[in-house]
Amino acid sequence: MTEFLAVAWKAGEVPELLGAAGTLGGGDETALLFLGGDEEARQAAARWGALHRIPGIETRLADTGSVAGALAGAQKALFAPVVLLPSTRRGKETAGRLAQILGAGVLTDVHRMERGEGGAICCHRYALGGAAVSVQRIGTAVQVIALDPGSFEAAPERGPGPVNELSVPLPEGSVVLREARPRVRDTVDIAAADCLVAVGLGLDRKEDLALVERLARAVGGEIACSKPVATDRKWLPEDRIIGLSGKKCRPALAVLLGISGQVQFTVGIRDAKTILSVNTDENAAIMTLSDYVFIADLREILPELAGKMDAGPG
Amino acid sequence: MRIAVAMKPVPDLLQIRMKDRRPVLEDVPVVLGAIDRSALEIAVELKEKTSGHIVVLMAGDGRLEDTVKEALAAGADEALLIRDARLNGADGSLSAHALAAGVRKIGPVDLLLFGEGSTDNYSGQVMSRVSEILGIPQAGYVRDIVVEGETLIVTRSLEDEEEILEIRPPAAFSVLSEIREPRIPSVTAILKARKKPATVLSLDELGVGTGSGAGVETVSTLAPMTGRKGERIPSLEELVRVLRKEAPGGGA
Repeated sequence: MTEFLAVAWKAGEVPELLGAAGTLGGGDETALLFLGGDEEARQAAARWGALHRIPGIETRLADTGSVAGALAGAQKALFAPVVLLPSTRRGKETAGRLAQILGAGVLTDVHRMERGEGGAICCHRYALGGAAVSVQRIGTAVQVIALDPGSFEAAPERGPGPVNELSVPLPEGSVVLREARPRVRDTVDIAAADCLVAVGLGLDRKEDLALVERLARAVGGEIACSKPVATDRKWLPEDRIIGLSGKKCRPALAVLLGISGQVQFTVGIRDAKTILSVNTDENAAIMTLSDYVFIADLREILPELAGKMDAGPG
Repeated sequence: MRIAVAMKPVPDLLQIRMKDRRPVLEDVPVVLGAIDRSALEIAVELKEKTSGHIVVLMAGDGRLEDTVKEALAAGADEALLIRDARLNGADGSLSAHALAAGVRKIGPVDLLLFGEGSTDNYSGQVMSRVSEILGIPQAGYVRDIVVEGETLIVTRSLEDEEEILEIRPPAAFSVLSEIREPRIPSVTAILKARKKPATVLSLDELGVGTGSGAGVETVSTLAPMTGRKGERIPSLEELVRVLRKEAPGGGA
């Protein structure tokens, strides 16, 4: 008997799921269900110990309704009352349907968990578009919790274990996968960058982006932006968006240029180690979220700033 | 094609203020969720291509008539408003039961559309729950929908890949905001919207029982502590010095 069932679509998701279960006292007995193929499952089992798989499910992952049905069967077979899965798009989509089948409550995008009164699992997640953090508890016998990737410590490897094939029915689906193709995307992943220089609507001339690029090069950073810079002005690709509808970033340094600090943006940058903001408005919301603030008009200071930073120290 | 679009009334996030770290929601106007408006826009496009019909579904505890007018002006043909005190702060399960009952009430639909998440809570689970209750296939995070004969060709956008799916209606999808840019209704459309029918029903009238919530309890909702000092940089020279000091690579 185990409290937790961790469900992973990809091997890379396993360490954090087990780590998250570990913070709540779930140890080696945490059941692991792996949805990848046979060979990938064997490789995962060599590092993460005994795991379960549902034969054939790896070819059906696009049909989230069927997958949720099979996961519900697995949850019942393994008697694990708390299902943990990654809060990826796939994970979130599956979580809702799984919870509905199981009569369970579900919480998604959970970035922290702890035990509360009577051992209840208290989940922390952003609410009101990122303006606030809600602490929530699920009151149903079975709980489905989707964990925000990158928010939990990875568990150490558990050593090799066997692959157990679960015989649970995989419901017939009606979603046909015609084609899967890698997303055409930027080669730069701003979520992994150590330093970001982000622009907002306060940067009002497109030609000034060249100066921002020079500044970014000088500090060793990547360029990022708030949502409207990419979606409305289309000055930068959407992969560069920081925030609720973009990436959640944790750089050592974030330089924010002309960003007012709406909550939909700040949720993606508040975990940066150091935040430096340049803005004309000293009452902008971003000021209270910054370690350093510089009040200035970007048009006026960018040429000189880029020049001075280019010149190097001394 | 008969299309239902579920649109969530949400507080205008730009008008929420914090007092002692607590959000102040009184007097904050209720608006249509931003992503839901994109869902309506693709619905209008599909309606025009298939001489279809669009019903907007809204569930909430307040007055929904004013909020739904914008959706009716933006191309929906009618609205079913599910208003009930029990929907105040409802969890995704109760909202899903309410919306599923609404879909059954309006009769067979081919396509049921949602935003990928509400702009306020963003749990992204209601579409999946409704699909399960209605027993229909689903796809989340949809970036495009094309009608090909009797089949819907759907592009689902995941973090690392895109999937092209073939799904026969009826089906439910949640869409990304990028699927279509929502229109700003013209004055004529706004005037015409006044004549479009909007029915109001309670949960009891829809037969949604009291046991339909899934018991998610909120312990607290507070603005996060920032703990940042907001140190003012006095000059450009000082800005350059700070950037060099804080840059992880030492700033060139």
